[in-house]
Amino acid sequence: MTLPDDITVKDVDILVIGGGTAGPMAAVAAKEKSPNASVMLLEKANVKRSGAISMGMDGLNNAVVPGHSTPEDYVKEITIANDGVLLQKGVMTYAENSFKMIQKLDAWGVYFQKDETGEYDMKKVHHLGTYVLPMPEGHNIKKILYRRLRRHRVTVENRYQAIRLLKDDEGNACGCISLNTRTAEIVVIRAKSVVMCTGAAGRIGLPASGYLYGTYENPSNCGDGHSMAYQAGAELTGLECYQINPLLKDYNGPACAYVTGPLGGYTANSKGDRFIECDYWSGQMMMEFYNELQGGNGPVFLKLDHLAEETIQEIEHVLHTNERPSRGRFHDGRGVDYRTKMVEMHISEIGFCAGHSASGVWTNEKGETTIPGLYGAGDMASIPHSYMLGAFVFGEICGTNAAEFAEGRDFAELDVAYITAERDRILAPMKRTDGIPPSQFEYKVRRLVNDYLQPPKVTKKMDIGLQRLIAMEDDIQHLYARDAHELLRANEAQHIFDCAQMAAVASMYRQESRWGLYHHYVDHPETNNEDWFCHVQLYKNESGEMVCKKRAIDPYVVELDDSEKNAYAQMRVQQAD
Amino acid sequence: MPIASQISMVPVVIDDDKCIAEKGCRTCIDVCPLDVLWINEETGKAHMKYDECWYCMPCETDCPTDAVTVNIPYLLR
Repeated sequence: MTLPDDITVKDVDILVIGGGTAGPMAAVAAKEKSPNASVMLLEKANVKRSGAISMGMDGLNNAVVPGHSTPEDYVKEITIANDGVLLQKGVMTYAENSFKMIQKLDAWGVYFQKDETGEYDMKKVHHLGTYVLPMPEGHNIKKILYRRLRRHRVTVENRYQAIRLLKDDEGNACGCISLNTRTAEIVVIRAKSVVMCTGAAGRIGLPASGYLYGTYENPSNCGDGHSMAYQAGAELTGLECYQINPLLKDYNGPACAYVTGPLGGYTANSKGDRFIECDYWSGQMMMEFYNELQGGNGPVFLKLDHLAEETIQEIEHVLHTNERPSRGRFHDGRGVDYRTKMVEMHISEIGFCAGHSASGVWTNEKGETTIPGLYGAGDMASIPHSYMLGAFVFGEICGTNAAEFAEGRDFAELDVAYITAERDRILAPMKRTDGIPPSQFEYKVRRLVNDYLQPPKVTKKMDIGLQRLIAMEDDIQHLYARDAHELLRANEAQHIFDCAQMAAVASMYRQESRWGLYHHYVDHPETNNEDWFCHVQLYKNESGEMVCKKRAIDPYVVELDDSEKNAYAQMRVQQAD
Repeated sequence: MPIASQISMVPVVIDDDKCIAEKGCRTCIDVCPLDVLWINEETGKAHMKYDECWYCMPCETDCPTDAVTVNIPYLLR
């Protein structure tokens, strides 16, 4: 049996899906490891400006730099911030390679702030250690990555959405089915190993503004990888540990405590008082933030109006040229000047993201998922609190290991029946003459997420939410797309739909509260280490049902003292009597 | 299942006098992460076809003739 003519097949040794942060690094690393191998970087947008850092990044949030901290210090900090539930080996692998990666990026031309003696100008933001390194000129980072892709002759394919992973008879990952988002052509990419770097699932919840694309995350990061991995039978982990971020209200961009904190800015309540001790993102900090918002002392603000003019100018330079540069325009529109007014903050919609939290496709210290030959890095994978530097470190590890896996392997036989059935399913919305627009379907899913799945989590509410979502399964056969672009949105909407159900199922499974606001479960308000000091793995079982199981936490590589374990438990500023 | 179309005020504005899309420039269209900028078949210039904007600004920053302005979407202003 051969494939029908309307399906193109391309063969590459190593396929990297997602060209944002981890993806380009993985592709370059695969080429460095196997210079003669063919490496394809598949990107839904354009690698020049894609992913979470499309406009750059203003600093490293987790730089482990000798003289300022050790890998052991860092592993302790993240263990505490993550309430003990993590793969310490994975965080240790990151920490040990962190400084090497900074030096590599430095050699590539990425500028990190240095002090008058030429040393890296490290800033303290975390509760215990010092890990923040500013990048005031970080707006050019995508250009630097792009140059490396060209130099290593990586094949770049822009405007392709990967939709389904392919597996061979033995269960190894062997490629993907993708959709050209401009022509609606189906392209099968056959590979000997696959690295997924598809970013966060940042379009699950609805932003407070109601604008579908006004999300915290780059909205192209909608959970394609989470859904693909799930559908292929991979395990996901920690999905009940949502990502929720403090942000500028309505603008929905980061408030950037990491930029403003070292310069004297802080989070304040409506009285202008500081109420959290540490702005480093943890579920406990978010809980205090949420309590202040809801408890009568809100709204919460970013307070900068006490700072000197030159400090404000420095903050404006960094925040208005980097990462989310339109924020200056947003403030201008409302007449907000950091010099005279506090900036209103809020909390984000929920998401899955290993960058700031711990939720994603399960990966170990080698970047391996539970599917052989399938690797994952960056916000989509599960090494917690990775941020940009973690995406680079694990991108490199995954690229290297995927190249090694591919060595000596042959291309798998294609499953023609599966691929043609998927083609029909993927293209179906364009064959209809009317029906449900993807935007309406997506809005409804995300509105249900906000109504029923956001913390505080309540069993009865989550149960209703899940039932309402399951009922929407019938709507998929009526999705209607008028062109290739709307077809892209229809397929994204189905991935978002999968992620929304995952949020409900994982949250209801873990019958305790943990990680502050992230898994604040009203029916089970206490942390229960006896029963729930474990990972929760979500996967599709053999009957096609979405189920969870416990996974024991691997032995720690760094032990914590009892006095250290509660360092993140007391986040609220203590008032003097 | 009958459908209707609703109008929407879009955030990205392109100055037709400055836009050089008719000379083959596709910069803003290429760099948009959400692929919402397309050629307007009537004018030959770039325009925002879909109201799905992250106000992230590569289109404005990378435009060689300063023809693009990114406004904050109305619902967020």
